[in-house]
Amino acid sequence: MSPILTMENVCVSFASRRVLDKVYFDLRAGEISCLLGPSGCGKTTTLKVVAGLLRPEEGVVRLFNRSVTAATPEQELVGIRKEMGVVFQGGALFDSMTVGQNVAFPLLYCRDVRDPLKIDRAVVDMLQHVELGDIRNMYPAELSGGMRKRVAIARALVHKPSLLLFDEPTTGLDPITARHMDQLVLDLCRKFNVAVLVVTHDLVSALGIADRLLLMEKGRIAWRGAKDEWSGSSSPAVREFAEGMVSIGAGEEVSP
Amino acid sequence: MNPVLWIGEQSISIVETLGQFTLVLGRSFTGLFTGVWSRSDFSEQLERIGVSSVLMVAITSGFMGMVMAVQTLDQFVRFGATGYIGGVIALSMVREMSPVLTGLVVSGRVGAAMAAEIGSMKVSEQLDALRTFGLDEVVFVSCPRIMAGIVMLPVLTIFSFIVGIGGGFLYVAAHGVNPFLFKQSMEALMEPYDLLGGLLKALVFGLLITVSACSQGFAAEKGARGVGSATTRAVVWGNMLILVFNYILSTLLFGGIKG
Repeated sequence: MSPILTMENVCVSFASRRVLDKVYFDLRAGEISCLLGPSGCGKTTTLKVVAGLLRPEEGVVRLFNRSVTAATPEQELVGIRKEMGVVFQGGALFDSMTVGQNVAFPLLYCRDVRDPLKIDRAVVDMLQHVELGDIRNMYPAELSGGMRKRVAIARALVHKPSLLLFDEPTTGLDPITARHMDQLVLDLCRKFNVAVLVVTHDLVSALGIADRLLLMEKGRIAWRGAKDEWSGSSSPAVREFAEGMVSIGAGEEVSP
Repeated sequence: MNPVLWIGEQSISIVETLGQFTLVLGRSFTGLFTGVWSRSDFSEQLERIGVSSVLMVAITSGFMGMVMAVQTLDQFVRFGATGYIGGVIALSMVREMSPVLTGLVVSGRVGAAMAAEIGSMKVSEQLDALRTFGLDEVVFVSCPRIMAGIVMLPVLTIFSFIVGIGGGFLYVAAHGVNPFLFKQSMEALMEPYDLLGGLLKALVFGLLITVSACSQGFAAEKGARGVGSATTRAVVWGNMLILVFNYILSTLLFGGIKG
Protein backbone atom coordinates (compact mmCIF):
# COMPACT_ATOMS: atom_id res chain seq x y z
CA MET A 1 0.00 0.00 0.00
CA SER A 2 1.49 3.36 -1.00
CA PRO A 3 1.75 5.99 1.76
CA ILE A 4 -0.85 8.74 2.08
CA LEU A 5 1.76 11.15 3.35
CA THR A 6 5.48 11.26 2.65
CA MET A 7 7.84 13.95 3.90
CA GLU A 8 11.07 13.95 1.92
CA ASN A 9 13.94 15.94 3.42
CA VAL A 10 11.74 18.86 4.35
CA CYS A 11 13.49 21.97 5.61
CA VAL A 12 11.88 25.10 7.06
CA SER A 13 13.59 28.19 8.47
CA PHE A 14 12.23 31.16 10.38
CA ALA A 15 14.45 34.20 9.73
CA SER A 16 17.91 32.61 9.77
CA ARG A 17 17.01 29.83 12.25
CA ARG A 18 16.49 26.36 10.77
CA VAL A 19 13.41 24.90 12.45
CA LEU A 20 13.05 21.73 10.37
CA ASP A 21 16.15 20.06 9.03
CA LYS A 22 15.70 17.30 6.44
CA VAL A 23 12.64 15.78 8.09
CA TYR A 24 11.49 12.59 6.43
CA PHE A 25 8.83 10.01 7.29
CA ASP A 26 5.73 8.49 5.78
CA LEU A 27 2.25 7.53 6.89
CA ARG A 28 -0.06 4.85 5.50
CA ALA A 29 -3.86 4.55 5.52
CA GLY A 30 -5.23 3.46 8.90
CA GLU A 31 -1.88 4.01 10.61
CA ILE A 32 -1.38 6.19 13.69
CA SER A 33 2.00 7.90 14.04
CA CYS A 34 2.96 10.06 16.99
CA LEU A 35 5.49 12.81 16.60
CA LEU A 36 7.09 13.22 20.00
CA GLY A 37 9.57 15.72 21.28
CA PRO A 38 10.24 18.52 23.72
CA SER A 39 8.80 22.01 23.26
CA GLY A 40 10.42 23.96 20.42
CA CYS A 41 11.80 20.89 18.61
CA GLY A 42 9.69 21.53 15.47
CA LYS A 43 6.69 19.20 16.00
CA THR A 44 3.99 21.81 15.41
CA THR A 45 5.93 23.27 12.46
CA THR A 46 5.98 19.78 10.92
CA LEU A 47 2.21 19.52 11.42
CA LYS A 48 1.69 22.94 9.83
CA VAL A 49 3.76 21.90 6.81
CA VAL A 50 1.65 18.74 6.42
CA ALA A 51 -1.55 20.79 6.79
CA GLY A 52 -0.35 23.17 4.07
CA LEU A 53 -0.24 26.14 6.44
CA LEU A 54 3.52 26.44 5.88
CA ARG A 55 5.47 25.63 2.73
CA PRO A 56 8.58 23.47 2.77
CA GLU A 57 11.58 25.65 2.00
CA GLU A 58 13.42 22.63 0.65
CA GLY A 59 12.25 19.07 0.09
CA VAL A 60 8.86 17.70 -0.91
CA VAL A 61 5.67 16.76 0.90
CA ARG A 62 3.69 14.11 -0.99
CA LEU A 63 0.03 14.02 0.00
CA PHE A 64 -2.55 11.83 -1.72
CA ASN A 65 -0.13 11.31 -4.65
CA ARG A 66 0.31 15.07 -5.14
CA SER A 67 3.56 16.92 -4.44
CA VAL A 68 3.83 20.09 -2.41
CA THR A 69 7.00 22.13 -2.70
CA ALA A 70 7.97 25.74 -2.10
CA ALA A 71 6.71 26.54 -5.61
CA THR A 72 3.30 24.86 -5.40
CA PRO A 73 0.56 27.44 -6.10
CA GLU A 74 -1.93 28.12 -3.29
CA GLN A 75 -4.82 26.98 -5.49
CA GLU A 76 -3.38 23.46 -5.68
CA LEU A 77 -3.20 23.25 -1.90
CA VAL A 78 -6.92 23.98 -1.54
CA GLY A 79 -7.94 20.56 -2.90
CA ILE A 80 -5.34 18.79 -0.76
CA ARG A 81 -6.47 20.55 2.42
CA LYS A 82 -10.06 19.45 1.88
CA GLU A 83 -8.94 15.80 2.15
CA MET A 84 -7.63 16.22 5.67
CA GLY A 85 -8.93 17.19 9.08
CA VAL A 86 -6.95 19.13 11.65
CA VAL A 87 -7.61 19.20 15.39
CA PHE A 88 -5.83 22.25 16.77
CA GLN A 89 -4.42 22.43 20.28
CA GLY A 90 -7.19 24.66 21.65
CA GLY A 91 -9.82 23.25 19.32
CA ALA A 92 -9.96 26.43 17.17
CA LEU A 93 -13.76 26.26 17.13
CA PHE A 94 -15.42 29.28 15.54
CA ASP A 95 -16.65 31.36 18.50
CA SER A 96 -19.42 33.08 16.57
CA MET A 97 -20.99 29.77 15.49
CA THR A 98 -22.90 27.16 17.48
CA VAL A 99 -21.50 23.67 17.94
CA GLY A 100 -23.86 22.45 15.21
CA GLN A 101 -22.65 25.11 12.76
CA ASN A 102 -19.03 24.33 13.63
CA VAL A 103 -19.43 20.61 12.95
CA ALA A 104 -21.43 21.28 9.77
CA PHE A 105 -18.77 23.68 8.44
CA PRO A 106 -16.57 21.12 6.56
CA LEU A 107 -19.64 19.54 4.98
CA LEU A 108 -20.61 22.91 3.51
CA TYR A 109 -17.19 24.08 2.43
CA CYS A 110 -15.20 20.88 1.77
CA ARG A 111 -17.94 18.62 0.43
CA ASP A 112 -20.47 21.19 -0.81
CA VAL A 113 -23.36 19.42 0.93
CA ARG A 114 -26.39 21.75 0.79
CA ASP A 115 -29.23 19.54 2.04
CA PRO A 116 -30.04 20.78 5.59
CA LEU A 117 -31.52 17.40 6.63
CA LYS A 118 -28.44 15.52 5.50
CA ILE A 119 -26.19 18.02 7.30
CA ASP A 120 -28.25 17.80 10.48
CA ARG A 121 -28.15 14.00 10.48
CA ALA A 122 -24.38 13.96 9.93
CA VAL A 123 -23.82 16.49 12.75
CA VAL A 124 -25.94 14.55 15.28
CA ASP A 125 -24.27 11.31 14.24
CA MET A 126 -20.78 12.78 14.60
CA LEU A 127 -21.55 14.28 18.01
CA GLN A 128 -22.67 10.82 19.13
CA HIS A 129 -19.39 9.34 17.85
CA VAL A 130 -17.44 11.72 20.09
CA GLU A 131 -19.73 10.85 23.01
CA LEU A 132 -21.47 14.20 23.21
CA GLY A 133 -25.22 14.53 23.43
CA ASP A 134 -27.28 16.97 21.43
CA ILE A 135 -25.33 20.14 22.13
CA ARG A 136 -25.85 21.55 18.63
CA ASN A 137 -27.25 24.83 19.89
CA MET A 138 -24.56 25.55 22.44
CA TYR A 139 -21.70 27.95 21.74
CA PRO A 140 -18.01 26.98 22.18
CA ALA A 141 -17.67 29.43 25.08
CA GLU A 142 -20.21 27.36 27.04
CA LEU A 143 -18.17 24.14 26.76
CA SER A 144 -15.43 22.68 28.95
CA GLY A 145 -11.92 22.11 27.53
CA GLY A 146 -12.55 18.40 27.00
CA MET A 147 -15.88 19.03 25.26
CA ARG A 148 -14.30 21.63 22.97
CA LYS A 149 -11.66 19.10 21.91
CA ARG A 150 -14.32 16.49 21.19
CA VAL A 151 -16.31 18.96 19.12
CA ALA A 152 -13.08 19.79 17.27
CA ILE A 153 -12.58 16.07 16.56
CA ALA A 154 -16.17 15.80 15.33
CA ARG A 155 -15.59 18.79 13.04
CA ALA A 156 -12.34 17.32 11.71
CA LEU A 157 -13.91 13.93 10.94
CA VAL A 158 -17.38 14.84 9.70
CA HIS A 159 -16.37 15.13 6.04
CA LYS A 160 -14.59 11.74 6.16
CA PRO A 161 -11.03 12.92 5.46
CA SER A 162 -8.23 10.50 4.55
CA LEU A 163 -5.74 12.09 6.94
CA LEU A 164 -6.30 13.45 10.43
CA LEU A 165 -3.81 15.69 12.18
CA PHE A 166 -3.85 16.28 15.94
CA ASP A 167 -1.87 19.04 17.64
CA GLU A 168 -1.33 18.13 21.31
CA PRO A 169 -4.75 16.47 21.84
CA THR A 170 -4.23 15.89 25.57
CA THR A 171 -2.65 19.22 26.52
CA GLY A 172 -4.65 21.10 29.15
CA LEU A 173 -6.72 18.05 30.14
CA ASP A 174 -6.63 16.28 33.49
CA PRO A 175 -5.01 12.77 33.40
CA ILE A 176 -8.34 10.90 33.44
CA THR A 177 -9.86 13.01 30.65
CA ALA A 178 -6.55 12.76 28.75
CA ARG A 179 -6.64 8.92 28.80
CA HIS A 180 -10.29 9.00 27.82
CA MET A 181 -9.35 11.28 24.91
CA ASP A 182 -6.62 8.80 23.86
CA GLN A 183 -9.15 5.98 23.77
CA LEU A 184 -11.58 8.13 21.79
CA VAL A 185 -8.89 9.02 19.22
CA LEU A 186 -7.93 5.38 18.90
CA ASP A 187 -11.53 4.16 18.52
CA LEU A 188 -12.48 6.82 15.97
CA CYS A 189 -9.38 6.28 13.86
CA ARG A 190 -10.02 2.54 13.70
CA LYS A 191 -13.71 3.09 13.00
CA PHE A 192 -13.13 5.61 10.19
CA ASN A 193 -9.93 3.89 8.94
CA VAL A 194 -8.15 7.21 8.68
CA ALA A 195 -4.39 7.84 8.74
CA VAL A 196 -3.45 9.87 11.81
CA LEU A 197 -0.49 12.03 12.71
CA VAL A 198 -0.47 13.10 16.35
CA VAL A 199 1.91 15.76 17.59
CA THR A 200 2.42 15.46 21.33
CA HIS A 201 4.91 15.65 24.15
CA ASP A 202 2.76 13.28 26.23
CA LEU A 203 4.68 9.98 26.15
CA VAL A 204 1.92 8.05 27.95
CA SER A 205 -0.57 9.18 25.35
CA ALA A 206 1.78 8.36 22.46
CA LEU A 207 2.55 4.88 23.78
CA GLY A 208 -1.16 4.30 24.27
CA ILE A 209 -2.35 5.12 20.75
CA ALA A 210 0.54 5.01 18.27
CA ASP A 211 1.50 2.30 15.81
CA ARG A 212 4.73 4.14 15.12
CA LEU A 213 6.69 6.73 17.07
CA LEU A 214 8.86 9.52 15.70
CA LEU A 215 11.05 11.42 18.13
CA MET A 216 12.11 14.91 17.10
CA GLU A 217 15.08 16.79 18.44
CA LYS A 218 16.28 20.19 17.26
CA GLY A 219 14.32 20.05 14.02
CA ARG A 220 15.38 16.51 13.04
CA ILE A 221 13.87 13.08 13.45
CA ALA A 222 16.21 11.63 16.06
CA TRP A 223 14.54 8.22 16.36
CA ARG A 224 11.76 6.26 14.66
CA GLY A 225 10.26 2.87 15.31
CA ALA A 226 7.28 0.80 16.38
CA LYS A 227 6.02 1.56 19.87
CA ASP A 228 7.20 -1.86 21.10
CA GLU A 229 10.76 -0.86 20.17
CA TRP A 230 10.66 2.29 22.30
CA SER A 231 11.38 0.77 25.70
CA GLY A 232 14.23 -1.39 24.37
CA SER A 233 15.85 1.41 22.38
CA SER A 234 19.43 2.33 23.21
CA SER A 235 19.18 5.66 21.38
CA PRO A 236 20.49 8.50 23.59
CA ALA A 237 17.67 10.75 22.30
CA VAL A 238 15.03 8.24 23.42
CA ARG A 239 16.69 7.78 26.82
CA GLU A 240 17.04 11.51 27.35
CA PHE A 241 13.40 12.20 26.44
CA ALA A 242 12.04 9.25 28.47
CA GLU A 243 14.17 10.17 31.51
CA GLY A 244 13.01 13.78 31.19
CA MET A 245 9.40 12.61 31.22
CA VAL A 246 10.04 10.38 34.23
CA SER A 247 11.73 13.19 36.18
CA ILE A 248 8.93 15.61 35.31
CA GLY A 249 6.40 12.99 36.42
CA ALA A 250 8.29 12.44 39.69
CA GLY A 251 8.52 16.18 40.23
CA GLU A 252 4.78 16.49 39.77
CA GLU A 253 4.14 13.77 42.31
CA VAL A 254 6.24 15.28 45.07
CA SER A 255 5.36 18.88 44.49
CA PRO A 256 2.78 20.27 46.95
CA MET B 1 15.22 57.88 21.79
CA ASN B 2 17.24 58.93 18.74
CA PRO B 3 14.86 61.10 16.65
CA VAL B 4 16.24 59.75 13.35
CA LEU B 5 15.62 56.20 14.56
CA TRP B 6 12.12 57.15 15.72
CA ILE B 7 11.24 58.74 12.36
CA GLY B 8 12.62 55.67 10.56
CA GLU B 9 10.58 53.27 12.69
CA GLN B 10 7.41 55.30 12.28
CA SER B 11 7.91 55.50 8.51
CA ILE B 12 8.37 51.73 8.24
CA SER B 13 5.28 51.19 10.40
CA ILE B 14 3.17 53.50 8.19
CA VAL B 15 4.36 51.81 4.99
CA GLU B 16 3.67 48.37 6.54
CA THR B 17 0.16 49.40 7.58
CA LEU B 18 -0.64 50.83 4.15
CA GLY B 19 0.77 47.66 2.56
CA GLN B 20 -1.45 45.42 4.71
CA PHE B 21 -4.43 47.68 3.93
CA THR B 22 -3.79 47.39 0.19
CA LEU B 23 -3.34 43.60 0.37
CA VAL B 24 -6.58 43.05 2.29
CA LEU B 25 -8.43 45.43 -0.04
CA GLY B 26 -7.07 43.69 -3.16
CA ARG B 27 -7.68 40.12 -1.93
CA SER B 28 -11.17 41.00 -0.72
CA PHE B 29 -12.08 42.73 -3.97
CA THR B 30 -11.05 39.75 -6.11
CA GLY B 31 -12.45 37.30 -3.55
CA LEU B 32 -15.80 39.07 -3.60
CA PHE B 33 -16.46 37.69 -7.08
CA THR B 34 -14.32 34.54 -7.21
CA GLY B 35 -13.85 33.44 -3.59
CA VAL B 36 -15.98 31.72 -0.98
CA TRP B 37 -17.61 33.81 1.76
CA SER B 38 -20.66 33.40 3.91
CA ARG B 39 -23.89 35.24 3.00
CA SER B 40 -25.28 34.58 6.47
CA ASP B 41 -22.21 36.24 8.00
CA PHE B 42 -22.97 39.25 5.75
CA SER B 43 -26.47 39.54 7.27
CA GLU B 44 -25.01 39.24 10.75
CA GLN B 45 -22.49 42.00 10.00
CA LEU B 46 -25.26 44.23 8.62
CA GLU B 47 -26.99 43.93 11.96
CA ARG B 48 -23.80 44.44 13.95
CA ILE B 49 -22.80 47.58 12.05
CA GLY B 50 -26.26 48.97 11.48
CA VAL B 51 -28.72 48.16 14.23
CA SER B 52 -26.23 48.33 17.06
CA SER B 53 -24.89 51.74 15.97
CA VAL B 54 -28.27 53.44 15.53
CA LEU B 55 -28.57 54.82 19.07
CA MET B 56 -25.04 56.26 19.14
CA VAL B 57 -25.47 57.81 15.70
CA ALA B 58 -28.81 59.30 16.80
CA ILE B 59 -27.36 60.84 19.97
CA THR B 60 -24.23 62.30 18.33
CA SER B 61 -26.07 63.58 15.25
CA GLY B 62 -29.00 65.06 17.19
CA PHE B 63 -26.71 66.98 19.52
CA MET B 64 -24.41 68.03 16.66
CA GLY B 65 -27.43 69.48 14.81
CA MET B 66 -28.43 71.39 17.93
CA VAL B 67 -24.89 72.69 18.52
CA MET B 68 -24.75 73.94 14.94
CA ALA B 69 -28.03 75.74 15.52
CA VAL B 70 -26.66 77.25 18.75
CA GLN B 71 -23.55 78.53 16.95
CA THR B 72 -25.31 79.92 13.86
CA LEU B 73 -28.63 81.27 15.16
CA ASP B 74 -27.26 84.41 16.87
CA GLN B 75 -25.01 85.34 13.91
CA PHE B 76 -27.76 84.85 11.34
CA VAL B 77 -30.29 86.86 13.38
CA ARG B 78 -27.71 89.68 13.74
CA PHE B 79 -27.19 89.84 9.95
CA GLY B 80 -30.90 89.46 9.21
CA ALA B 81 -30.37 86.10 7.48
CA THR B 82 -32.69 83.98 9.61
CA GLY B 83 -34.27 82.71 6.43
CA TYR B 84 -31.09 80.81 5.52
CA ILE B 85 -30.48 79.02 8.80
CA GLY B 86 -32.32 75.81 7.88
CA GLY B 87 -30.46 75.48 4.61
CA VAL B 88 -27.07 76.08 6.21
CA ILE B 89 -27.66 73.52 8.95
CA ALA B 90 -28.99 70.96 6.47
CA LEU B 91 -26.13 71.54 4.01
CA SER B 92 -23.52 71.18 6.76
CA MET B 93 -25.12 67.99 8.02
CA VAL B 94 -25.63 66.40 4.61
CA ARG B 95 -22.27 67.29 3.06
CA GLU B 96 -19.96 67.04 6.07
CA MET B 97 -21.16 66.39 9.57
CA SER B 98 -23.35 63.33 9.09
CA PRO B 99 -20.92 61.23 7.00
CA VAL B 100 -17.95 62.16 9.21
CA LEU B 101 -19.75 61.72 12.54
CA THR B 102 -21.29 58.42 11.47
CA GLY B 103 -17.88 57.26 10.23
CA LEU B 104 -16.17 58.17 13.50
CA VAL B 105 -18.88 56.49 15.59
CA VAL B 106 -18.75 53.30 13.53
CA SER B 107 -14.95 53.32 13.47
CA GLY B 108 -14.75 53.62 17.26
CA ARG B 109 -17.45 51.08 17.95
CA VAL B 110 -17.53 48.55 15.15
CA GLY B 111 -13.99 48.94 13.75
CA ALA B 112 -12.47 48.25 17.15
CA ALA B 113 -14.70 45.23 17.75
CA MET B 114 -13.92 43.88 14.26
CA ALA B 115 -10.15 44.16 14.72
CA ALA B 116 -10.38 42.54 18.18
CA GLU B 117 -12.52 39.69 16.85
CA ILE B 118 -10.21 38.93 13.92
CA GLY B 119 -7.13 39.29 16.14
CA SER B 120 -8.63 36.79 18.61
CA MET B 121 -9.44 34.45 15.73
CA LYS B 122 -5.81 34.60 14.69
CA VAL B 123 -4.50 33.99 18.21
CA SER B 124 -6.85 31.04 18.77
CA GLU B 125 -5.92 29.49 15.37
CA GLN B 126 -9.43 29.95 13.95
CA LEU B 127 -7.94 31.62 10.85
CA ASP B 128 -5.62 28.61 10.38
CA ALA B 129 -8.66 26.36 10.79
CA LEU B 130 -10.40 28.22 7.93
CA ARG B 131 -7.39 27.59 5.70
CA THR B 132 -7.41 23.88 6.51
CA PHE B 133 -10.95 23.76 5.10
CA GLY B 134 -9.59 25.07 1.80
CA LEU B 135 -10.80 28.64 2.32
CA ASP B 136 -8.98 31.93 1.87
CA GLU B 137 -9.27 33.31 5.40
CA VAL B 138 -8.90 36.93 4.26
CA VAL B 139 -11.74 36.61 1.75
CA PHE B 140 -13.98 34.56 4.04
CA VAL B 141 -13.65 36.93 6.99
CA SER B 142 -13.22 40.32 5.26
CA CYS B 143 -15.75 40.21 2.42
CA PRO B 144 -18.92 40.07 4.56
CA ARG B 145 -17.57 42.80 6.84
CA ILE B 146 -16.46 45.13 4.04
CA MET B 147 -19.70 44.64 2.13
CA ALA B 148 -21.73 45.30 5.28
CA GLY B 149 -19.70 48.46 5.94
CA ILE B 150 -20.27 49.75 2.41
CA VAL B 151 -24.02 49.11 2.66
CA MET B 152 -24.68 50.24 6.22
CA LEU B 153 -22.64 53.47 6.41
CA PRO B 154 -24.84 55.28 3.82
CA VAL B 155 -27.98 53.97 5.56
CA LEU B 156 -26.77 55.21 8.95
CA THR B 157 -25.74 58.50 7.34
CA ILE B 158 -29.27 59.07 6.00
CA PHE B 159 -30.54 58.42 9.51
CA SER B 160 -27.96 60.89 10.84
CA PHE B 161 -29.13 63.59 8.31
CA ILE B 162 -32.68 63.27 9.56
CA VAL B 163 -31.85 63.29 13.28
CA GLY B 164 -29.23 66.06 12.93
CA ILE B 165 -31.48 68.37 10.93
CA GLY B 166 -34.30 67.53 13.35
CA GLY B 167 -32.09 68.53 16.29
CA GLY B 168 -31.19 71.85 14.67
CA PHE B 169 -34.80 72.51 13.79
CA LEU B 170 -35.96 71.90 17.39
CA TYR B 171 -33.43 74.43 18.73
CA VAL B 172 -34.21 77.22 16.24
CA ALA B 173 -37.96 76.59 16.45
CA ALA B 174 -37.74 76.89 20.24
CA HIS B 175 -36.06 80.30 19.71
CA GLY B 176 -38.80 81.70 17.56
CA VAL B 177 -37.67 80.94 14.00
CA ASN B 178 -40.56 80.21 11.68
CA PRO B 179 -40.61 76.46 10.82
CA PHE B 180 -41.84 77.27 7.31
CA LEU B 181 -38.77 79.49 6.73
CA PHE B 182 -36.51 76.69 7.95
CA LYS B 183 -38.05 74.27 5.47
CA GLN B 184 -38.06 76.81 2.64
CA SER B 185 -34.37 77.63 3.04
CA MET B 186 -33.52 73.92 3.04
CA GLU B 187 -35.32 73.50 -0.27
CA ALA B 188 -33.67 76.62 -1.71
CA LEU B 189 -30.08 75.81 -0.76
CA MET B 190 -29.92 72.03 -1.08
CA GLU B 191 -29.66 70.01 -4.26
CA PRO B 192 -29.86 66.24 -4.82
CA TYR B 193 -26.13 66.39 -5.65
CA ASP B 194 -25.40 67.38 -2.03
CA LEU B 195 -27.20 64.29 -0.75
CA LEU B 196 -25.44 62.05 -3.27
CA GLY B 197 -22.06 63.56 -2.35
CA GLY B 198 -22.70 62.89 1.34
CA LEU B 199 -23.74 59.31 0.64
CA LEU B 200 -20.70 58.71 -1.56
CA LYS B 201 -18.51 59.89 1.31
CA ALA B 202 -20.29 57.51 3.68
CA LEU B 203 -19.74 54.62 1.28
CA VAL B 204 -16.00 55.38 1.06
CA PHE B 205 -15.78 55.70 4.86
CA GLY B 206 -17.52 52.32 5.24
CA LEU B 207 -14.87 50.80 3.00
CA LEU B 208 -11.99 52.51 4.82
CA ILE B 209 -13.20 51.59 8.32
CA THR B 210 -13.78 47.91 7.58
CA VAL B 211 -10.64 47.36 5.49
CA SER B 212 -8.55 49.11 8.15
CA ALA B 213 -10.15 47.03 10.95
CA CYS B 214 -9.73 43.76 9.04
CA SER B 215 -6.12 44.44 8.06
CA GLN B 216 -5.18 45.34 11.64
CA GLY B 217 -6.94 42.21 12.92
CA PHE B 218 -5.03 39.99 10.47
CA ALA B 219 -1.75 41.68 11.42
CA ALA B 220 -2.35 41.23 15.18
CA GLU B 221 0.56 39.69 17.01
CA LYS B 222 0.02 36.73 19.30
CA GLY B 223 -1.23 37.33 22.82
CA ALA B 224 -3.74 39.62 24.50
CA ARG B 225 -1.39 42.58 24.13
CA GLY B 226 -1.14 42.01 20.37
CA VAL B 227 -4.92 41.96 20.02
CA GLY B 228 -5.21 45.09 22.19
CA SER B 229 -2.74 47.08 20.12
CA ALA B 230 -4.36 45.89 16.86
CA THR B 231 -7.68 47.24 18.17
CA THR B 232 -6.13 50.60 19.03
CA ARG B 233 -4.42 50.84 15.65
CA ALA B 234 -7.69 49.99 13.86
CA VAL B 235 -9.47 52.92 15.53
CA VAL B 236 -6.58 55.37 15.08
CA TRP B 237 -6.10 54.48 11.40
CA GLY B 238 -9.84 54.36 10.76
CA ASN B 239 -10.34 57.86 12.18
CA MET B 240 -7.30 59.30 10.41
CA LEU B 241 -8.37 57.86 7.07
CA ILE B 242 -11.90 59.25 7.51
CA LEU B 243 -10.61 62.77 8.12
CA VAL B 244 -8.02 62.69 5.34
CA PHE B 245 -10.43 61.25 2.79
CA ASN B 246 -13.16 63.63 3.91
CA TYR B 247 -10.93 66.53 2.87
CA ILE B 248 -10.05 64.88 -0.45
CA LEU B 249 -13.69 64.03 -1.24
CA SER B 250 -14.96 67.44 -0.12
CA THR B 251 -12.47 69.11 -2.44
CA LEU B 252 -13.37 66.86 -5.35
CA LEU B 253 -17.14 66.95 -4.84
CA PHE B 254 -17.83 70.41 -3.46
CA GLY B 255 -14.56 72.36 -3.83
CA GLY B 256 -13.93 75.54 -5.81
CA ILE B 257 -16.07 78.65 -6.27
CA LYS B 258 -19.31 78.03 -8.10
CA GLY B 259 -20.45 81.22 -9.72
